[in-house]
Amino acid sequence: MKKTMTSIREEFPVLDQQVYGHDLIYFDNAATTQKPRSVIDAVSGYYEKDNSNVHRGIHALSHRATEAYEAARARAAAFIGAGSEKEIVFTRGTTEAINLVASSWCNRYLKPGDRILLTEMEHHSNLVPWQLAAERTGAELVFVPVTGDEGLLQLDRLDALLAGNVKLFAFTHISNALGTINPVAELCRRARDQGVVTLVDAAQSVGHAPLDVSGIGCDFLAFSGHKMCGPTGIGALYGRRDLLEALPPYHGGGEMIRKVDLHRSEWKGVPHKFEAGTPHISGAIGLHAAMDYLDEIGRKAIYSHDRELGEYAAERLRSLRNLRLLGPPAERAGIASFHLPNVHAHDVVSFADRRGLALRGGHHCTQPLMKRLGLESTVRASFYIYNTKEEIDRFVEVIEEIQAFFG
Amino acid sequence: MQDIADLYQAVILDHNRRPRNFGEMENPDRVAVGDNPVCGDHYTVFLQMDGDRIREITFHGAGCAISKASASVMTSMLKGKTLAEIKALYSDFHHLVTSGEIDEGNLSDLSAFAGVHQFPARIKCATLSWHAALNAAERPGEEPEPVTTE
Ligand SMILES: Cc1ncc(COP(=O)(O)O)c(C=O)c1O
Repeated sequence: MKKTMTSIREEFPVLDQQVYGHDLIYFDNAATTQKPRSVIDAVSGYYEKDNSNVHRGIHALSHRATEAYEAARARAAAFIGAGSEKEIVFTRGTTEAINLVASSWCNRYLKPGDRILLTEMEHHSNLVPWQLAAERTGAELVFVPVTGDEGLLQLDRLDALLAGNVKLFAFTHISNALGTINPVAELCRRARDQGVVTLVDAAQSVGHAPLDVSGIGCDFLAFSGHKMCGPTGIGALYGRRDLLEALPPYHGGGEMIRKVDLHRSEWKGVPHKFEAGTPHISGAIGLHAAMDYLDEIGRKAIYSHDRELGEYAAERLRSLRNLRLLGPPAERAGIASFHLPNVHAHDVVSFADRRGLALRGGHHCTQPLMKRLGLESTVRASFYIYNTKEEIDRFVEVIEEIQAFFG
Repeated sequence: MQDIADLYQAVILDHNRRPRNFGEMENPDRVAVGDNPVCGDHYTVFLQMDGDRIREITFHGAGCAISKASASVMTSMLKGKTLAEIKALYSDFHHLVTSGEIDEGNLSDLSAFAGVHQFPARIKCATLSWHAALNAAERPGEEPEPVTTE
């Protein structure tokens, strides 16, 4: 990293506080990351100087707001290696991006008996939209199984599954519940070989790893700004241009139309036909600043930092007795999820909270995965650029204290 | 200074480790389920009744220390009580876990839950099995709809 650890921490104002008399250790980054000063300033600077609606007024402020909003789109395209900014649709986040495809693409192409392939490790937001689509279209859902506690996809089953009348394959890049890093490029290649359209849920990867959609070879990819130093309420769908152009709109309303009559309308071209209503302008501007910030540090550096912390935490946790660690034996993202047979996840999280340690306990919006592993919930620690090994040492101390307390 | 020991009193830790009246009942008169889908806590409460008086009560299921200890203490206290008495006790208990104020002498071991009010996210854990028990006691029919907190 070009920046030092100290300088990175200082750029995140929220980290400089005590919680219940202890220095805050923020280990809930898979839920949402903290925001650096530059993102906070970009958002407030927009409201202080340029606030206006986009694509409407011809006054100076509206022009500036439109330019800034569209510049964020071009930045997002460059950030993920898309060929054109027309391939970036702004959404509220990963969830809305997936819903867009599950609605517009599935309604157009799926017939009864067609199949959508998912995996058993998906977040509810990459599962429920497809359930709704299946209900509407008569399509069926099928799943790539996971191996068990190590949380790998059973890829020997993939080609046979894909061959079974599958039209679309949607899967996560990095599992938020396990820390598994799926081989996205290989999965997309195998799907493409059988003419299957792919959607990658990149919520946990865009801000954590170098990522290039042309290298991955996916057709769609979804991500959220708030998990990569940006604001909440903004995210994007990448879609291959020819695919987006062929799709009907998702929502109807202002901004997305060219011409409106009482009984019918014509819409704009991509990507604007998918963006009905006043968009989250400040969010896009904040996301722009976040992408700049992440590239200043370097996503390669972020990736190795996160994985080093993930590995370190896994190694420390493996040495504790009475602890069931989930996730891959090697090549783990910055996520450590585990189960204590004698202590419920919520008791762990309440206790840790009083030690200034922000963890997550629950099913992590992956109830089918939990069920598959025979669990109700796990405790999860997830790391980011500002976290350190010293914080992990402290976290392990607190877990030991908790085990002794509930003993 | 709020501390973690305010929440996890010795009585709670003990009931969590060794829950009383824990297990399914062979021939219950009434059964009710309490679920918290957010955290996955789920309990079933089994009752045998003499009129509107509880003769036997057990519970089964899984959840956090607060919910399990609360169910355990509750079952120890409800045996022999009438529906009206249970409602009055629940109202005192609810006041306790939302305010931290102990103003009644008959709370007994339930007063260990006074610290819960400092942890608003955990109030539902403390009241989950009570909702199920009240639901079972109030309704004569078998297997009412599961009650859910949140
Ligand atoms: C893997 C994964 N997919 C999807 C989502 C949903 O993201 P959002 O809530 O920002 O739409 C999340 C985050 O919670 C996630 O971790």
